[in-house]
Amino acid sequence: MTDGAAREYEPVIGLEIHCQLKTRTKMFCGCALSFGDEPNTHICPVCLGHPGSLPVTNEKAVEYGLMIALALGCEIATRSIFHRKNYFYPDLPKGYQISQYDIPLASGGRLGDVRIHRVHLEEDAAKLVHAGASGRIHGSEASVVDFNRGGTPLVEIVTEPDLRSAEEAAEFGRLLQATLRQMGVSDAHMEEGSLRADANVSIRPAGEAIFGTKTELKNMNSWSFLRRGIQAEIQRQEEILRAGEGVEQETLHFDPQTGALSPLRSKEEAHDYRYFPEPDLVPLAPTEDMRESAKAAIPELPAQRAERFESELGLTEETARVLAHRFELGDFYEQAMAAGDGAADPTTLANWVKNELVPRVGDSEPDQWKVEPAALARLVALVGEKAVSQSAAKEVLDALVSDGGDPQAIVDAKGLAAAGADELADVVDRALAANPDVVEKLKADPGSKAVGAIVGAVMRETKGRADGGAVQRLIRERIG
Amino acid sequence: MSEEILSLTAAQAAERVRTGELSATELFETYRERAAGEDLNAFLWVADEAPDAADGPLGGLPLAVKDLFCVEDVPSAAGSRILEGYRPPYTATAVRKLREAGATVLGKTNQDEFAMGSSNENSGYGPVQNPWDRERVPGGSSGGSAAAVAAGLAPWAIGTDTGGSIRQPAALCGIVGLKPTYGAVSRYGMIAFASSLDQCGPLTRDVTDAALLFKHVVGRDRCDSTSLEFPEQVALPSAERLDGMRFGVPPELSGEGVEPGVREVFERALRTIEDLGGSLEELSLPHSPHGIAAYYVIAPAEASANLARYDGVRYGPRSGNGDLTEMYEQTRHAGFGPEVRRRIMLGTYALSSGYYEAYYGRAQRVRTKIAEDFKAAFEKVDLIVTPTSPTVAFKLGERTADPLAMYMSDYCTVPMPLAGIPAISIPGGLSEGLPVGIQLAGPAFSENRIFEGAYALEQAIGFEGVPVA
Repeated sequence: MTDGAAREYEPVIGLEIHCQLKTRTKMFCGCALSFGDEPNTHICPVCLGHPGSLPVTNEKAVEYGLMIALALGCEIATRSIFHRKNYFYPDLPKGYQISQYDIPLASGGRLGDVRIHRVHLEEDAAKLVHAGASGRIHGSEASVVDFNRGGTPLVEIVTEPDLRSAEEAAEFGRLLQATLRQMGVSDAHMEEGSLRADANVSIRPAGEAIFGTKTELKNMNSWSFLRRGIQAEIQRQEEILRAGEGVEQETLHFDPQTGALSPLRSKEEAHDYRYFPEPDLVPLAPTEDMRESAKAAIPELPAQRAERFESELGLTEETARVLAHRFELGDFYEQAMAAGDGAADPTTLANWVKNELVPRVGDSEPDQWKVEPAALARLVALVGEKAVSQSAAKEVLDALVSDGGDPQAIVDAKGLAAAGADELADVVDRALAANPDVVEKLKADPGSKAVGAIVGAVMRETKGRADGGAVQRLIRERIG
Repeated sequence: MSEEILSLTAAQAAERVRTGELSATELFETYRERAAGEDLNAFLWVADEAPDAADGPLGGLPLAVKDLFCVEDVPSAAGSRILEGYRPPYTATAVRKLREAGATVLGKTNQDEFAMGSSNENSGYGPVQNPWDRERVPGGSSGGSAAAVAAGLAPWAIGTDTGGSIRQPAALCGIVGLKPTYGAVSRYGMIAFASSLDQCGPLTRDVTDAALLFKHVVGRDRCDSTSLEFPEQVALPSAERLDGMRFGVPPELSGEGVEPGVREVFERALRTIEDLGGSLEELSLPHSPHGIAAYYVIAPAEASANLARYDGVRYGPRSGNGDLTEMYEQTRHAGFGPEVRRRIMLGTYALSSGYYEAYYGRAQRVRTKIAEDFKAAFEKVDLIVTPTSPTVAFKLGERTADPLAMYMSDYCTVPMPLAGIPAISIPGGLSEGLPVGIQLAGPAFSENRIFEGAYALEQAIGFEGVPVA
C-alpha cells in the first residue's frame, strides 16, 4: 500500500507464466529447438501439421515439467490428459494447440507466499512476421510464418490470485524465473520470449472477500513492464470504480513506451476453444521412476540458497534474498567468492553486488554483462588492501560494467591508485599550510568538524584517490 | 499368361515370384496396365513403371493404396479437392512396412473425401462403379480399393476403416476386408478422419491374403503413440473345421433393418457354421443400436479438429483475396465437399461450450457401454457373427439425398470400432446377383482367431469372385 488511493481498494493479482522448456527437441516431434536460426529450417511433417502426421510426447519435456511441479510443491496427477484447443490462426499449423485442460500435469503447489493453481504442458505456436505499417495481421501487406518456434515445449504455470501489489507480482515473477533457471529447465529469458507473463488484475474495496471483475494483461516482456503495467491497470480500474462505473472483462495490451493500455479483445469476442481429449496421445501417467529421477535432478533452489547465504555466509536476510532470488546474481556472487579464494569477506562482496552492481546492470540479462565475477572480486580486494579508495573503486566498476576488463589495468590506465604515503603527506602539508584558520580550530578542538575542510581539499587534490582514514590520521599526526 | 496371373491370389503370386516361376516385373506390369486402363474410376493415380525387383516375402507384389495414405512424392489427397496436387514429404508407416516386405505401390485408390461416406459418392474426384453392377456403388469409404481388388485391377489393397469403411465396401464388392484391433497398425501417415476410430487394414480376395498382409503391417510404431505391439505371431489360417468354436449372434445387428435377401445369405452362413462344428448362441448387445448415434457425434467431433489444418497456409490450394478470414472461408469452402462440410459443422457444434456434455460426453459414455457389451459377450462366445451390411450394393445416387439412410449403411459395422475390436467381412454368397458380406468380430488382438474362423467358413462357402472382364 503505497498511496492513498490504494488504501481504499485492494488489488488482487494472479499470474500466468508461459515458459519454453530447454529440451533438445520439440514437444511432439524430433526437430531441434532453435533461436535466431534461418526461418523454417527446424521443421518436419509433424510440426508443420502435414496430413497424417502424429504427435509423440517428448519425454524430456515431461521430466522438466515434473521437476517444475515438484520444485513448486505441486501434486502430480497420476494420469493427466492432453487436450486439443481449437482455433484458427496461421501460426497454429494443425488448427489446434495440444495443451492440457481439465486434468493438468500437476496442481496445488506453492512458491514463497503464493499458491500455485496448476502446472501444465503444451506446445508453442509458430512466429508470425507482418509486413506493412500495422504490425498486426489485419491490415498488413503480407505476413510470413516461421515455423521454427512452432511446437517448442511450453510449461504453463498459473498462480492463485494471491498477489496484492504490482511490486509483489514482479518480485514473485523474479523468484519463479530464478527457480526455473536454477533447474536448467529453461532460459526463462523474457526479452527473447522464452518466458512470457500474463497478469490477471482486479481490485476490490479493502476488506471485501468477493473478487472484482478481472482484466488480463498480455505478454509483458520484462518484470519492470509487468510492474508498471499492473500499476497502470490498477489505477485505471480505480478511476472506473470511483466514477461509479463497472470494469469490463477484457484482455489488454500494455505499451511500455507510452504507458497506455489498449484492449486486445473483449469477452464477446472470446474464443470457444472446443477443448476435447487429444485422441492421438495416450494419457500421461508418470511412473514412480520418472518422479524419482525428476526429484533427484532438482538442484538447490533460490529459497534454499538464500537460507544458505544467511546461515553459512552470514549475509542479512534481505541481502541473501536479493542475491538468491535472482539466479544470475547468486551465481555471480558465488563465482566472485570462489575467484577470491576465500579471501573476500562475504558480506563486503555481497554488498558490492547488491548495492553497486545491481543498480548498474538493472534488469539486463547476465549474458549482456561485461563485468566478470573475478574482476569484481579483485576490485573489492584492491579496496580491502587500500590500493584504491571507495570512490575510485566505484569509478572502476563503472568502467568494468560498460567495457569489462581487469580492475588493476583500469586503475593504472586512469591513474586511480590510492595516493602513496609520501605523496599524501605532501598534499596534507600543503592543505594545512593553505588553511591556517582551520589548523587553529583543530588545535583548540581536535574533534572539530572543521577537519572536513582539510580532507576535502586533499580529496580534490588527489581526485579521490586518497583513503579518507589515512588522510585523517595524517592530519592528526601533524597537528598532534 | 496374363489371365493366369490375374487368377492368382496375392499369396500365390508371391510364392511364384519367390520360386522364380513368375517375374516380379511381369506381375507388376500386368496389373499396372489394367489399373492404368480401368474405367471404374477406382484409381486416382497409377505408377508409371515397374520398379526394380524388390526383395522380401512380398517380392514385387503390386499394392493398391487408398488415397489417404501418404506416400512420399506421390499424390495423396484423401479424395479431397482441398489436397489436390499435394505430394507428401513422407510415407505412411503402413506403406513403408509393406514396401520393406517387398510390396510395390501400384496406385492410389479413390475414396470418399476424408473417408466420410459409405458409397464413394463423396469423393472429390467422382464416384467409383461397382464391378458387379456398374450402376451401383462399391460401398465406402474404401470404395476404390474394394472395386480394384474385386475387378482384378490389383491383387490386393489397403484401406482404412472408421465406422465400416473397409468391411462395408468389401461386402458390397464380394471380397475380404479386415478392420484390425485399434492400435494394431500404425496410423502414422494416414490422413486422419476420426483419430480414435481410424484403423488401416487389408482388402483382399481371400482370408489368407488378408492374414498375409496383416502379418506384415502390424506392430508398435514409435511415431504413433496409440499403436501397440501385436501380442503374438500373426499366423496364416489353415483350419477347415470350427469344432468347439462358439459363435454369438446378436439379434440387434442381424434382425430388424436387414433386408430379406441379405438375411437369407446370413442364415445360410449360420447353418454352415454349425455344419463345420461351430456352435451358435443368441446373445444381446443391448447398446449397439445406439452405435450410429454415438459414432456420428464422436467421429465428426474429431474430424472437425483433424480437418482444421486445411487452411491454405502451408500446402494445398489457396483461395481468397489476401484477407485472412476470407482466405480461410474461401479455401475451405472451395476445397471441402458438402458431406465433409456437414460433418465439420456437426462436430464443431457437438464440441461447443454448453453442448459438450450433452453430445460428446454422452456419446463417449455410450461408447463405453458398447465396449462393455462386447466384453461381456466374449466371456460367453469366441466370435460374434452378423451381416456386414444391411443391404447389398445400392444404386448410385439412391441415398445421396438422404444422409441418414446413408449413415444406416454402417449400422452393423459401427459398434466394433467404437469398442476398438477387430472384425472381418467375407463374402457369404449372392442376393439378387450381388455379394453379401458376413462379419466376424472378436476381442481385441484376436485376429488370429478371426482368420481361422473366417478361413474355415470361406472354404465351406466357396464364393466365386466377380467374373473378371
